[in-house]
Amino acid sequence: MKDYKNKNANPVDESGQFFAAKLTGVKREYVLKGETVYALRGVDLEVPQGDYVAIMGASGSGKSTMLNLLGCLDRPTHGKIWLGQDDVTSLDDDSLSEIRASRIGFVFQSYNLIQQLTVIENIEVPLFYQRNANLRSRKRCVELAKLVGLSERLNHRPTQLSGGQQQRVAIARSLVNDPYFILADEPTGNLDSKTTAEILDLLDELNAQGRTIILVTHEDDVGARSKRIVRLRDGLIESDVRLRPNDPPPKRPNALV
Amino acid sequence: MRHALRTLQSGVKSLYLHPMRSLLTVLGIFIGVASVIWLLAIGEGISKKAQEQIESLGADNIIVSTIKPPNEALSAGGGGGRMQFPEYGLTRADYERLTETIPTVIKAAPLKDFQETFQNGSRKIDGRLVGCTPSYVDVVKIAMFDGRFFNDQENEEARDYCVLGAGVAEKLFPYEEPIGKLIRVGENYFYRVIGVAQSRDPSAAIGSSMKSEDYSFDVYIPLKTMETRVGDTVVVRRSGSMEGETVQLKQITLKVKDVASVMETADLIKMTLDDYHTKFEDYGVTVPLELLEQAKTTRMMFNVFMGLIAGISLVVGGIGIMNIMLATVTERTREIGIRRALGAKRGDIVRQFLIETIVLSVVGGGLGVLVGLTCSPATTAAMGLVKRMNPDLIASLPPIVQELKPIIVYWSVPLAFMISIIIGVVFGVYPAIRAAKMDPIEALRHE
Repeated sequence: MKDYKNKNANPVDESGQFFAAKLTGVKREYVLKGETVYALRGVDLEVPQGDYVAIMGASGSGKSTMLNLLGCLDRPTHGKIWLGQDDVTSLDDDSLSEIRASRIGFVFQSYNLIQQLTVIENIEVPLFYQRNANLRSRKRCVELAKLVGLSERLNHRPTQLSGGQQQRVAIARSLVNDPYFILADEPTGNLDSKTTAEILDLLDELNAQGRTIILVTHEDDVGARSKRIVRLRDGLIESDVRLRPNDPPPKRPNALV
Repeated sequence: MRHALRTLQSGVKSLYLHPMRSLLTVLGIFIGVASVIWLLAIGEGISKKAQEQIESLGADNIIVSTIKPPNEALSAGGGGGRMQFPEYGLTRADYERLTETIPTVIKAAPLKDFQETFQNGSRKIDGRLVGCTPSYVDVVKIAMFDGRFFNDQENEEARDYCVLGAGVAEKLFPYEEPIGKLIRVGENYFYRVIGVAQSRDPSAAIGSSMKSEDYSFDVYIPLKTMETRVGDTVVVRRSGSMEGETVQLKQITLKVKDVASVMETADLIKMTLDDYHTKFEDYGVTVPLELLEQAKTTRMMFNVFMGLIAGISLVVGGIGIMNIMLATVTERTREIGIRRALGAKRGDIVRQFLIETIVLSVVGGGLGVLVGLTCSPATTAAMGLVKRMNPDLIASLPPIVQELKPIIVYWSVPLAFMISIIIGVVFGVYPAIRAAKMDPIEALRHE
């Protein structure tokens, strides 16, 4: 089995172009009660390093399926998915788990922190599953907590934090494995407008520092903060509009942002 | 190693989230393990005691004793005369026949006994007057504390010598040297003390033909002396009537050449006696060796039985754990989804839940072992308490229960502990696999 943990900090293919994620002709079909449901009908998408993509669409447009495929939680029925230089289309369950642990930073709508763990332990979880949790990584977690403004609450439990604070922990967690991209699923869906603004500012800041972000949302003003909006409709890409140019810092940020 | 430690730490944390639930879950295993150790210890204590008592009779001995037949049989068989008392039991002729015809018998000790009152001046004690031959010392293994036992010649000459049991000596001669003194037995007779026996543990009732015996209130006199002074017929005067019986010998203890020939000698003895005791069954043969074998079998069956009961409670405990773990897995579906999304492999999830189950069962097992080890002092304390609150109850129990000393069976501790771990694994695997099999997408969506 290939070891997906040992990734180059800045892998670039021969053409000099590095795609954090790339989908070619991706289809995803389910069989529900004997009926075939076409969730994605053939999607091509390239997410270059440093980009900030908002995936939008009404419910039933294939948004969630796309999210699951990009998050390596699901496999396409047709087409190929690449993360960096690796084809992850037909990896087995364990390899996909390794890919998730090392290359993807998840941010969810409902924060999804583990209740019995403290802030610092929650941030460390992906490293733990990479068998990479040690004293040095602990230091990195502390620095990430500082980055998202939670250095005072390292030993708090999620229940002792506000929604915005929990989402900050989740963002710190998504950065801990130095991922190819942050995959954010309605990250502001549960937050009030003030906190929403704070979280989106934080994402902007991360993107400005070179982090690739893929954001799934149905709110137009959230999508408008990105560099590029991809609209899905009935399992196909309806439009792909670039709002801002993607000119990331020349070198992908290493270790700490 | 570090990783395993962290998994363990995280498992303990999860369990600590619901301390009450975890504690109750542990209870089943705890009771199971403690009861394995307790039951085996009590069983071992009882059977060890029984075995010791049988062994004290001597594995190479055969004991033939007189048994009083039912009264109807006696009156039917006995002569009709007014002063004729029923006659039954072993006879001196039996003794001769057994010692002379059976070659494997190397030694034999005949005896007869009565309840009597022993006196030294104003001091008085009731006890058992035993008429026996010097061979009795070897066969029953009486150790002398002071003085000596009478010899064959003194027996033949029917001397008025006696040897006191430890209890009798203490009661009658608390402040003086008993050797050389005279004691009064019953109304009419005086005997000179020539020895004092060492005290020994009383024996419990064994089999159907052995009554429990407390040797310390025995007084031994030569059999010949007893025959000449007391005779074979004992008469008890009751208000208005007289009752009596004639018994020549109460018991014959035979020592066999070696342990291997005990069983066949016992058969020979029965055959020999049957030829002469046709009127009614008035004797019983006790073979300690046979009893010993029986006791061993009983002990094993007892252990198996106790183990089975304890095993059932362990399984029940295990099912309790599994039940809780299944509930936990459902309850933590979302957590499983999160962990999977963050890179946990199926194996990581299995390990996580398995470790939690094992922690539960090991904690239960550990507590069980600790409490199991307190078995002996706890039993003593409980007995003491009951004795103080209700002495009659204790007195009514058989001596083997009264003197119960649980003995912890050394292998039961690691065994019980191992079983608790195995139960953790066996009953933890299914919930853990169920947790790992969940689809991460579904699990993340779970509320």
